[in-house]
Amino acid sequence: MNVGGSRRNVLLGAGVLGAAATFGGCTNSRVIGFDKERRSLDICNQGEPLSLDPHKVQGTWENNIVGNMFVGLTTENAKAEPVAGMAESWETSGDGLTWTFALRRANWSDGEACDAHDFEFAFRRILNPENGSVYAPLLYPIKNAEAAFTQRVSPEDIGVRALDDRTLEINLEYATPYLPQLLKHYTTFPVPKHRVAMYGDAWIKPENIAVNGPYILRKWWSNYIVHIERNPAFYDADNVVLEHLYYYPSNDVQATARRVQAGEAGWSTRFPSNQVETLRRDLPGFPRVSPYLSCNYFSFNTRRAPFNDVRVRHALSMAYEREFVAAQIYRTGELPAYSFLPPGIFNYPGSARYKWAGTPIAERRREAERLLRAAGFGPNNPLRFEFSHRSSSDNPRVAVAVQNHWLAIAPWVSVELRGLEAQVQYANLRASNFDVGDGAWVGDFNDAKNFLFLHETRTGAQNYSGYSNPEYDRLMRESDFEADAAKRGEIMSRAEQMMLDDAPVCMSVFINSTNLVHPDLTGYEDNLEDIHRARWFGIRV
Amino acid sequence: MLTQAVRRLFVAVPTLLCIIAGAFFLMHAAPGGPFTKERQMPPEIERRLEHQYGLDLPVGEQLQRYVGGLLRGDLGPSMVYKDKTVADILAEGAPTSAVLGLGAMTLALLLGGGLGVVAAVRQNKAQDYAVMALAIVGVCLPPLVIGPLMQLLFGIQWGVLPTSGLYRDEFRLGYLVLPVITLSLPLVAIISRLMRASMIEALRSNAVRTARAKGLPEAQVIWRHALPVAMLPVISYAGPALAGAMAGSFVVETVFQLPGIGKQFVLAAGQRDYTLVMGVVLVYSVLIIVFNLLADLAYRVLDPRTRTP
Repeated sequence: MNVGGSRRNVLLGAGVLGAAATFGGCTNSRVIGFDKERRSLDICNQGEPLSLDPHKVQGTWENNIVGNMFVGLTTENAKAEPVAGMAESWETSGDGLTWTFALRRANWSDGEACDAHDFEFAFRRILNPENGSVYAPLLYPIKNAEAAFTQRVSPEDIGVRALDDRTLEINLEYATPYLPQLLKHYTTFPVPKHRVAMYGDAWIKPENIAVNGPYILRKWWSNYIVHIERNPAFYDADNVVLEHLYYYPSNDVQATARRVQAGEAGWSTRFPSNQVETLRRDLPGFPRVSPYLSCNYFSFNTRRAPFNDVRVRHALSMAYEREFVAAQIYRTGELPAYSFLPPGIFNYPGSARYKWAGTPIAERRREAERLLRAAGFGPNNPLRFEFSHRSSSDNPRVAVAVQNHWLAIAPWVSVELRGLEAQVQYANLRASNFDVGDGAWVGDFNDAKNFLFLHETRTGAQNYSGYSNPEYDRLMRESDFEADAAKRGEIMSRAEQMMLDDAPVCMSVFINSTNLVHPDLTGYEDNLEDIHRARWFGIRV
Repeated sequence: MLTQAVRRLFVAVPTLLCIIAGAFFLMHAAPGGPFTKERQMPPEIERRLEHQYGLDLPVGEQLQRYVGGLLRGDLGPSMVYKDKTVADILAEGAPTSAVLGLGAMTLALLLGGGLGVVAAVRQNKAQDYAVMALAIVGVCLPPLVIGPLMQLLFGIQWGVLPTSGLYRDEFRLGYLVLPVITLSLPLVAIISRLMRASMIEALRSNAVRTARAKGLPEAQVIWRHALPVAMLPVISYAGPALAGAMAGSFVVETVFQLPGIGKQFVLAAGQRDYTLVMGVVLVYSVLIIVFNLLADLAYRVLDPRTRTP
């Protein structure tokens, strides 16, 4: 080997190698996140789907995809209100216990007819405990659903029957005026029984799947991308504009915002609320903020002293300055919560409040001290407890704020904070291994029952506070048998007020949903459930 | 050489077993399980799932079953991703991490090695100080900072490079530039420092003095006589470092939205996906063992002192 003579050449050689390595890559065409010509949309979706089988799904981010692949008896319009889906029309018996659905003529993507038998099969499949569906209890209003799921009767005996190919009858345990809301939920989606028979649980893989909805699964690369494509066999395919949808699981909200900013994604299902001002400036027309069907609340462990004393629970609930947290920690106009249910629930008066909700905070703080003293606390008997919280997103900052608000009651109150991974926090809440603990609830559908059941005695471990009030349970039971929607709402509202008076939980804030949406994407409408089906989307030219 | 390699591979088996057992018990000691969520599962379903995955057995027995599965080449089902097995998920993620890791290590060896040589040859001159300053910066600025910064500059400000790691589901060279650079910068920094130190030492060695005395041109002295010896510490560092880079980087894969196993690993640990965590640990341990072995073999090729005639 003969390498040229001087030391200079050595340096040159090393430098060129380095430079070549650095700049070797060349730029290729960019992904256009909202490609109007190709009619494709790249979407930053909060998480990786743990499953795409509608019977195994449990997250909103999974619903975002699955709900574009399957259509239930009813379905969502752009505002997420229930409208006719696979059912063209339905009739209800006088007592509200029997619903008969007339199905439209429609096919699976492989050309097989999608009929009442597929629905019958799907309801039996999800209510068969062998299949381990976590969400099945949502269907308990259906006759014998609970009995089947707890193995007291066979899944064949549930109250769902195909009377003929295009007529489905559903019998209920009790009147369920919110059934059309429930029937757009993914637990009620049909599955192609011929495919499940052929492939078992692997029917959901891209090579085996058949769908009855507007989009079909093309590719699913774990923790990276889910690609769904327009299904020409969908009954309303002519009105579906977008051809390709690409979903990316994006847990990192900062990276997500950068991606939208770079034009590589046309829709992000979340953005960091503390960046709203910057985003409004840098991406005008993109940020969308809307009230959301959820609530954040702190549970008191009422099985333990001192939280078995209603005075202590009220004192701490009162002294918490929700306005500060809503305005200073969340930045997108979140509402302070003085009730368990967020505003905007269907057929619900929404009038229940903490009794002291209108009292100014200074006065509330004095009242809190008085209540604590009455409960036996004071300089000689200080109140000490632990507040455990999820260590994710804004929760640690909320924890510090509420700690300060509680310390401000009196110098003899001391609060220790304990930040835990969300999973551990929920495990502790369920095992009642906490003093005061934070948690959140996101509604599955727009009905008060879906929130208030959390405080029923029979709910068990998920009733974190251990609240048990026979009168509350009785009212909830009564509401089940009330067919009149307005009266039913009234009864549940009384139950909510009763629960707030007992204060087993300290309400925090109602968080908003935040989305970044390309302004040229039409058919996207803000709604309480934060559900936006792609079949309504269009392109503004 | 061959016998040594075979002997090393035999020792690797008990090492792997220890790693598996250690990771297994640590994983199961963490509170919560794969089925703990905000929404509570009906207890009968939780029991059924636990039974299905064997989580109702004593931990020792679970380990036994897991190792038994491994011997049959079965990594088990994912406990969280219900439609996939651990092998499916590793097969999806490993190629991306491998490409990224190999790219970053190649870049780091070329660039870091080159810079180290420059610094050594120009010891205590401006070039040396510049390289060493760069190295310090490279070590101090973690990918968590550099990655988003480069995305902002190259991706958004100047718009010359994409901010994500792949073109939808395709590999394209331009898309890998930023993630590969981000992953390689700390490696560049360390390798250039290692290279500089060992090069300086090599340049002072008797072998090099003899070569110079024989009147060989300086370039030949450096390339042929100093460099192979100076490479040795770099290689013993690069072996395990390459294993680390190829097993995926959570930060780089998250920032650039890449589907690698580094991200899978961290997410799986958070979700208590026991089998998936074990799968990635296994991949990483095998890589470490293999690359350590390769590094040792390379040592023998490069270092004349370890060569037996």
